Amino acid sequence: MRNISKFREAGLLVFIVILCIFLQLKNPSFLTLENINDLLTNTAILSILAVGMMMVLLTAGIDLSIGSTLALSGMTAALVVSNNPDISPIAAILIGIAVGTVCGLVVGFLVSIVGIFPIIASLGMMNVYRGLTFMSSGGKWVSAHQMPESFKKIATSSILGINTLIFIAIVIYIIFYYFINYTRTGRQIYAVGSNINSAKISGINTKKTLLLVYTLMGSLAGLAGVLWVSKFASAQGDTATGYELNVIAACVLGGVSVAGGYGKVSGLLVGALLLGILNNALPLINVSPFWQSAIQGAIILVAILMNAYIKRRATKENLMRRKI
Amino acid sequence: METKRIVSNKKEFNLKKFFFQWEWMLVAVFIIINIINTNLSPYYLSFGGIMDATMTFLDKAFMVLPMVLIIILGDIDISIASTTALSSVIMAVAYNMGLPMPLAVLLALTVGAVCGMTNGILIVKFKELPAMIVTLSTMIIYRGIAYIILEDQAAGKFPSWYSYLGWGYVGKIPFMLIAFILIAVLFGLLLHKTTFGRSVYGMGNNITACRYSGIKTDHIKVAVFTLMGIMASVTALFLTSRTGSTRPNVAIGYEMDVIAMVVLGGISTLGGRGKMLGAVISVFIIGLLRYGLGLINVPAQALMIIIGIILIVAVTIPNINLNGFKKKRLAA
Repeated sequence: MRNISKFREAGLLVFIVILCIFLQLKNPSFLTLENINDLLTNTAILSILAVGMMMVLLTAGIDLSIGSTLALSGMTAALVVSNNPDISPIAAILIGIAVGTVCGLVVGFLVSIVGIFPIIASLGMMNVYRGLTFMSSGGKWVSAHQMPESFKKIATSSILGINTLIFIAIVIYIIFYYFINYTRTGRQIYAVGSNINSAKISGINTKKTLLLVYTLMGSLAGLAGVLWVSKFASAQGDTATGYELNVIAACVLGGVSVAGGYGKVSGLLVGALLLGILNNALPLINVSPFWQSAIQGAIILVAILMNAYIKRRATKENLMRRKI
Repeated sequence: METKRIVSNKKEFNLKKFFFQWEWMLVAVFIIINIINTNLSPYYLSFGGIMDATMTFLDKAFMVLPMVLIIILGDIDISIASTTALSSVIMAVAYNMGLPMPLAVLLALTVGAVCGMTNGILIVKFKELPAMIVTLSTMIIYRGIAYIILEDQAAGKFPSWYSYLGWGYVGKIPFMLIAFILIAVLFGLLLHKTTFGRSVYGMGNNITACRYSGIKTDHIKVAVFTLMGIMASVTALFLTSRTGSTRPNVAIGYEMDVIAMVVLGGISTLGGRGKMLGAVISVFIIGLLRYGLGLINVPAQALMIIIGIILIVAVTIPNINLNGFKKKRLAA
């Protein structure tokens, strides 16, 4: 199976390279440093969320509430900074993460302790958080002129010459790459997703793992919320409505199995990158913006169907080999 | 424990069991909501008011009916709102290009059927892919096609008789309500009284066993998804009739509302369990709750919170009662 997953990522990479060459030929400004910076900045938030979603999907769960969590924590942070303009941006980020963590904890509690199906628990909380977002602002927007410069700087400043958003995304990826692959808790996530009963029997505290996964998802959504609000310099009640499906699409494109137990951080990165390139590049080669969504959808569909087909071929070959 | 429950599942009338059904609980909730609403606002309990209110929430209710079948199968379809948008847009554009309206309506239904059938065929041909993923990508594609066709424009100017669908009355009862009840009865019969319906339950419990016992599982699945597509375009017909024009971004988020109603109706997302009646009652619970609280100026956002909490409480209660607080998430 390992070969297939390698092949899969390589396949996606080859696809990305071909796509890039094609785009470069069509529009020479595609592979400029400036545009690449733009592209990565726009993909950063999606890819941060995708890490969290991958862990949730690994446990065979799903979290539909993250769009609302993102909006709620972004809104809270924006309200706080607009009322106390002197607050440091780090504090704003921490507030966002705290709100997100609580949101995630609630979903995790419902899923792991109460035992509601993830899709329903997160669907219900999606409504609750979205409602809270509207209520907390009284239905109003927090717009750019209400936010202090220091807060808006989060998204535009740079650390070590890299845009802060990209920098944060890279740090998150390094941390979670280590966490998922090289820590005991990280590996337990896979165990819970592959077979929850055998994980339980082999002594893993499955409830704790599930709780942890949703809480981490919430924290990442909270972080993403602050970044989102800072980037677009406005917090609205309907921020990121439906964004959870984009995140799931990025995961699926990156080879994460929704049935649980299968998926890699490296694959995820490729998936998020591909989605980012599609978003960024189609306008550059003068594809009408109205075609974007259909093209994206078609590429996602083809990618997952190809993936299924390749896997099927591989299993068949393995079976044949066994016969001989 | 487990075997005991299966053994006691024989078909004989048991008064206790009859009254301990989820549907009675829903009826109770329904009555409570009506009592609360009546006390909150003196304007609530008028026949005309309630009848008018049904027209505001019944459009998506048409999708609840086939969604019950899909969730009983253990699948899910989140592309339905996109199917609604696509068939609505195609109908409007076809009519504006000179197709007579009845044919345009027929075209919309065909589009819905094709969308649904595409979902069904993909899911049947690629059994290793969860329905969630397949319909997630077709969701993006269908709405994408709607955007390609109509871009950011709106289309409308339908003939005047078409608005009867969404606004018309038969006597004092809205046409939409009558249509919904008729179709709901048909779906109820289909699910509970036909071989087809029994096979759907069977497939939700154990699809492999069903295949080995000679049920054409693939055909049934494709048929159910096609039905879903057709009903999504029925929703499109009523929705478009009510709004009078259409855009590619109509019905966004309807899929979540529909799934929430189905789940509240006591249909387990594990598959194999639930009744049509429960879903129909929960449509009216959510709809009338929205109407009643709207009358006393509770903001729509607070309603979202209430509905979210109701959904979670509703699925938690049977968990506590039937299984104790320990055993759950068996197949998750």
